Amino acid sequence: MQLYLNGEPRTVEATTVAELVATLNLGGRRVAVERNERIVPRSKHADTVLEEHDRIEIVHAIGGG
Amino acid sequence: MSIDDRHSAAQRPGVEDLPLTIAGRAYRSRLLVGTGKYRDFDETARAIAASQAEIVTFAVRRANIGQDPDAPNLLDVISPERYTLLPNTAGCYNARDAVRTCQLARELLDGHSLVKLEVLGDERTLYPNVVETLKAARELIDDGFGVMVYTSDDPIVAAELESMGVCAVMPLGSLIGSGHGLLNPYNLSLIVEAARVPVLVDAGIGTPSDASLAMELGCQGVLMNSAIAHARHPVMMANAMRKAVEAGREAFLAGRMPRKTYAAEPSSPVEGRIQG
Repeated sequence: MQLYLNGEPRTVEATTVAELVATLNLGGRRVAVERNERIVPRSKHADTVLEEHDRIEIVHAIGGG
Repeated sequence: MSIDDRHSAAQRPGVEDLPLTIAGRAYRSRLLVGTGKYRDFDETARAIAASQAEIVTFAVRRANIGQDPDAPNLLDVISPERYTLLPNTAGCYNARDAVRTCQLARELLDGHSLVKLEVLGDERTLYPNVVETLKAARELIDDGFGVMVYTSDDPIVAAELESMGVCAVMPLGSLIGSGHGLLNPYNLSLIVEAARVPVLVDAGIGTPSDASLAMELGCQGVLMNSAIAHARHPVMMANAMRKAVEAGREAFLAGRMPRKTYAAEPSSPVEGRIQG
C-alpha cells in the first residue's frame, strides 16, 4: 500500500498505525502521529487501520527556541 | 496587582516576591530557556541546569524515518518529570500549521496542553504575523490549550490577546536571534502596565544586561535561546543569565532611585567637612 509519510510517498506492508510505527523503528519512542490531519492517540494506534494514500505525519521533539 | 502596589509591597520589610504563576502553576525561576543551537545534548542539559530554568521550550518536527532506534531523544535530556515542557510552533507561518503543531505536541506529551504559540510573518526577519497569531490563539484557547503567545511589542495587540484568554503575553525585545536587546522599552512598559497576565520578553535578548533591563521594567520573566546557546561558553552564560534575571527582578521590587539631571544631594554629609 502506498502512503504519504512525512510528505514523501512510501510503500509499506503495515496495515495499522502501530505496525507502521514499529516497522519504522519508532516503537516505544516518544512520537505523535497524525493521519489525514487528525491526531491518532497512542491508545488507538493498534486499532487504526491504514488506507491507500493516507497522509501520515510522525513527529518528535527536537531542540528549538 | 498594579506595578505601584507591587513596589509598595516590596518596600515593606519581610515581604517576599510572589512566584511566577502560569496556567495555575507556580515557578521560582523567571528565566525560561530554549533547547536549540547547542553543540549536543550534553551541552543542552548542562546549560539548562545552570540556568535553573523550570520551563523549557522545544520544537516539534517530522521524525527521521529509519533512524537509529538507540539515538538519544531530546525528551531524555529534558525530562517531563523535571521540567515544565513548553512545545513551540516555531517555523509556522499560518494559524492552521500552528494549531496542528500544538495538537501533535499535546499528543506527544500525553495531554499536557501548555504551548508557546508563535506564528511568523517572513523568513528574513521572523517577525510575528499578528493576524495569524490572533486567529491561532482563538482556536487553541477554544480547544483547551494554555497559550503563551509570542507577539510584537504592540500594546493594543497584547491587550487583545489577553482579552482572548492567553495565559502569558510574550512580546519580542528585538528580532529572534538578533541579540539586539530591548529596542523599545517604552512599548514594553506600556504592555506591562496594562497587563493582568504575566508579560515575558521572548526574543532578542543578547546579554545579561538586556535580561536585567526587561525585569527592571516589570516583566514577569524572560525567555531566551540564542543568547545562551551561541555564547562562547554557553554553560557560563546560562549562569550569568540566571543571575541577571534575579538581579533585575529584585531591582524592580526594590524600586530604583529617581533619575536626576545632576546630584543636588551628595552621598556624603555636607556638615563637618574640614575647610581651610
